[in-house]
Amino acid sequence: MIPEFGHFALILALCLSVLLCTVPLWGAWRGNATAMALAPNLAIGILVFSAISFACLTWAFMQDDFSVEVVANNSNSLLPWYYKFSAVWGNHEGSLLLWILVLALWTCAVAIFSPQLPLLMLSRVLAVMGFVGVGFMAFSLFTSNPFARLLPGTPLDGQDLNPLLQDFGLIIHPPLLYMGYVGFSVAFAFAIAALLGGRLDAAWARWSRPWTNVAWAFLTLGIMLGSWWAYYELGWGGWWFWDPVENASFMPWLAGTALVHSLAATEKRGLFKSWTVLLAIFAFSLSLLGTFLVRSGVLTSVHAFATDPARGLFILVFLGIVVGGSLILYALRAPAVSSRVGFAWLSRESLLLVNNVVFLVATLTVLFGTLFPLLMDALGQGKYSVGPPYFNAVFVPLMALLMPFMGIGPLSRWKQDSASRWRAELLLPAIATAVCALTLPLLHDGDYNLWVALAILLAGWVVFGMLRDLANRVRNASSLAAGLRRLAPSYWGMFVAHVGFAVTVIGVVVTSQFNIEHDLKMTPGTSDTLAGYEFRFLDVRGVRGPNYVADEARFIVYRDGREVVRLAPQKRRYLASGDVMTEAAIDDGLFRDLFIAMGEPVGSDGAWAIRLHYKPFVRWMWAGSVLMALGAFVTVADKRYRRQRSAARDALRQGGVSGAQA
Amino acid sequence: MAPRLKLFLPLVLFVVLAAFLFRGLSLDPTALPSALIDRPLPDFQLTELADDRPLTRADVIGEAALFNVWATWCISCRVEHPYLQQLADRGVPIYGINYKDEDAAARRWLRDLGNPYRANIVDREGTLGVDLGVYGAPETYLVDAAGVIRYRHVGVIDERVWRDTLEPLWREILALENSP
Amino acid sequence: MNRLLTATLAFWMLLLALPVAAVIETYEFSEPELEQRYRELSQELRCPKCQNQNIADSNAPISQDLRRLLHQQLEAGASDQEILAFMVARYGEFVRYRPAFNAATAVLWLAPVLLLLAGGMGLLLLLRGRKQSPSSLDSDEQARLTALLQSAEKDA
Repeated sequence: MIPEFGHFALILALCLSVLLCTVPLWGAWRGNATAMALAPNLAIGILVFSAISFACLTWAFMQDDFSVEVVANNSNSLLPWYYKFSAVWGNHEGSLLLWILVLALWTCAVAIFSPQLPLLMLSRVLAVMGFVGVGFMAFSLFTSNPFARLLPGTPLDGQDLNPLLQDFGLIIHPPLLYMGYVGFSVAFAFAIAALLGGRLDAAWARWSRPWTNVAWAFLTLGIMLGSWWAYYELGWGGWWFWDPVENASFMPWLAGTALVHSLAATEKRGLFKSWTVLLAIFAFSLSLLGTFLVRSGVLTSVHAFATDPARGLFILVFLGIVVGGSLILYALRAPAVSSRVGFAWLSRESLLLVNNVVFLVATLTVLFGTLFPLLMDALGQGKYSVGPPYFNAVFVPLMALLMPFMGIGPLSRWKQDSASRWRAELLLPAIATAVCALTLPLLHDGDYNLWVALAILLAGWVVFGMLRDLANRVRNASSLAAGLRRLAPSYWGMFVAHVGFAVTVIGVVVTSQFNIEHDLKMTPGTSDTLAGYEFRFLDVRGVRGPNYVADEARFIVYRDGREVVRLAPQKRRYLASGDVMTEAAIDDGLFRDLFIAMGEPVGSDGAWAIRLHYKPFVRWMWAGSVLMALGAFVTVADKRYRRQRSAARDALRQGGVSGAQA
Repeated sequence: MAPRLKLFLPLVLFVVLAAFLFRGLSLDPTALPSALIDRPLPDFQLTELADDRPLTRADVIGEAALFNVWATWCISCRVEHPYLQQLADRGVPIYGINYKDEDAAARRWLRDLGNPYRANIVDREGTLGVDLGVYGAPETYLVDAAGVIRYRHVGVIDERVWRDTLEPLWREILALENSP
Repeated sequence: MNRLLTATLAFWMLLLALPVAAVIETYEFSEPELEQRYRELSQELRCPKCQNQNIADSNAPISQDLRRLLHQQLEAGASDQEILAFMVARYGEFVRYRPAFNAATAVLWLAPVLLLLAGGMGLLLLLRGRKQSPSSLDSDEQARLTALLQSAEKDA
């Protein structure tokens, strides 16, 4: 009964979405304020019914209702309750429902937190989001109903959740990722609403900027968690594979990064309006394209959902309507002539454009590389693979190209700056950077590593350039603390995010260069030493988990004769599916991770194939990503967004109505 | 270019992309054609399953035939086995490549399920398999009288596969060989 | 995306039917340099059977075979080029995660460079256009610009 209730709620949410994407638009067209004012209420209604629907599916998982097909296929009575909970989105149908719920959340958030918006604009934004909702709800109901029953023929127990997904990282990774993915629909909706209304101005950029930053922050966190999860759960010690599914989430991130920066220029200077609108459309289009790639089966991926051509066709048609429609609108309505605001070669505007060019080229390259096998196959040119060697070879130089400009960016002035000022300001940072790049790699015993030196050079340039700017800004304050307090949240956000980027770069390069891996046969009682750590293998014993049995190896790690940590990797066999899983044991640290994974028993003397890893600075990569996300969250606290909110509350409501009549 | 026209560029690019994506829906990214099409069957020096006599490439070419890669650990091989028997009974020459298997188990399999094969090449280490580009079992190669590989089918052979893909090719090869 | 690893049923069936070897293998190398090359090559070769994995990370039987071959060939003194040619001759271009540079893949390898050049050109043109103040247009151009601006505003 409960699943049918959820099904019904989803149908109601679809009906409300249909209303949301029609009635307010009609109101906006006819100047009917009542119809427009319906939009926020509809948004709330959609959230309520989506949430009910999602809760019903969750209930089915929690109660082990194996008459529901997705529960039977993706859960098991032995599964711990928290994995039953995350199993809701550990499959195609349930994850789609999560997508719908997240979209409803964003729609409702826009409806509630945007009292400063003219009603005309608000109704259009919500209508666009309602349209996206219609597409996904129809997709769910018509091709991937999560509430489909197995009646008769209900199995006694479920087939279990894929063991790889039975993990804490997978509980929070998809929701965060979807918050990011779907969050770009807000920027998209603002862009479309602005095109519909024909008013692309600084106010539009100011409205959509905080939403874009928040979505970008969530996407950053989501991608970071995915990488972290792959690192410890897959047992290979790898953290980024350039798999089509990873690329599907990375492309919107790259386009979103360009968007976040171009919005800055549009808000502050009224520049690049058409360009920014195009980027907003582009970022969300890539989110939709990612959905298509993951769920249609056109590309092979380790992470793909069980696929079905009918689903692929549905998303493709929807993609065509949304992206094609918005690009037609763009071609017809975007300002064709650039604004008359001028700026010089040496200016912050130019540097932001460099950022946009680099990130756009990176996005298109990843897109092209991901689709290249498909293109060649479609042209009858045979089967090709494009993998990590290609992407690393093209992506790393692009980022290296970006960073010299990134160091100047925060220091630079809008409109016009001068080379002599840059020289004067950046002399000290340049010297500090050079010193760091020359000395810091020496701390690592062994050879002076040029790649690491280069990474330190670039990252140091970014950080020291910003410190210089910070010093300039607090110089005139009465005290350092007062000076720091005076800085706006949007400045702090930029600062933290840029530092985060530098930290990530250091992490990626150092861990790639200094990573040590030993695959070897170990007998209990023996030990192996890498990077000064002695890994002593004690024994292997059988352990039992809630839904698996495992062989657990016990290790003690010593350094200079002193115990550092005890680690216990496992080789699990899950009872319901029989799947065998490697559960790596990791000792994490700020400067190094120690990683042990078990292979198979070798020979008859109790020996095992063991993988030992020493991974320096690997945490920096994820810590940097967290900083980037944090920075983006902080910007939202900026006064100029808050002031708008409070001042506008009643005045602009009226302005909205009069605007609607105009 | 007129400024307005420039704005249509993203739309044009998207339409091209969408056309490719649509085409992609009807392609199978996992289908992998053999790299050895129109190349000679690789040389080998292996043995026959039943009597351990030496077997080389020269012993198995000379007439158009199917080369079927099978093993007792391969579940799908058991599925296609009866159909291979039917084909053999109809006079289609089939050679077996017993891939990474145990001889005793393989002999038992043939005794119990029947033997559709002219001869069975024992490829215990999978060396011939690698030279052929085999990546799993069952796989079936269509080789003409000159010993040139003409087609590879990955997966189970059944009535439909034979009728729709293999038989037309087979007839074509026979017709070409009989015509001059 | 939700990183659901739905390995195909056939894959698991093979896996269970065969003695499962470890992804963690313990090949001995005569020289450390060979081990390094082994690691790099095994990560650049794609498993033909799997969904999308290199042979270093894949548990499929074919990946085990290819790893063993790789080890043998490295120890026999084969060069990277020879090994890749050996694999491509048998499994096609598909096995290379780093596509060879040739007529068919030139566009793939040149795409980032061309895109960057196009982006750079666009940037230069834009900046040069910006530098010219409207007053430097002659009266004819000025009139057209004004007309365009007005039409754009009407569009808006």
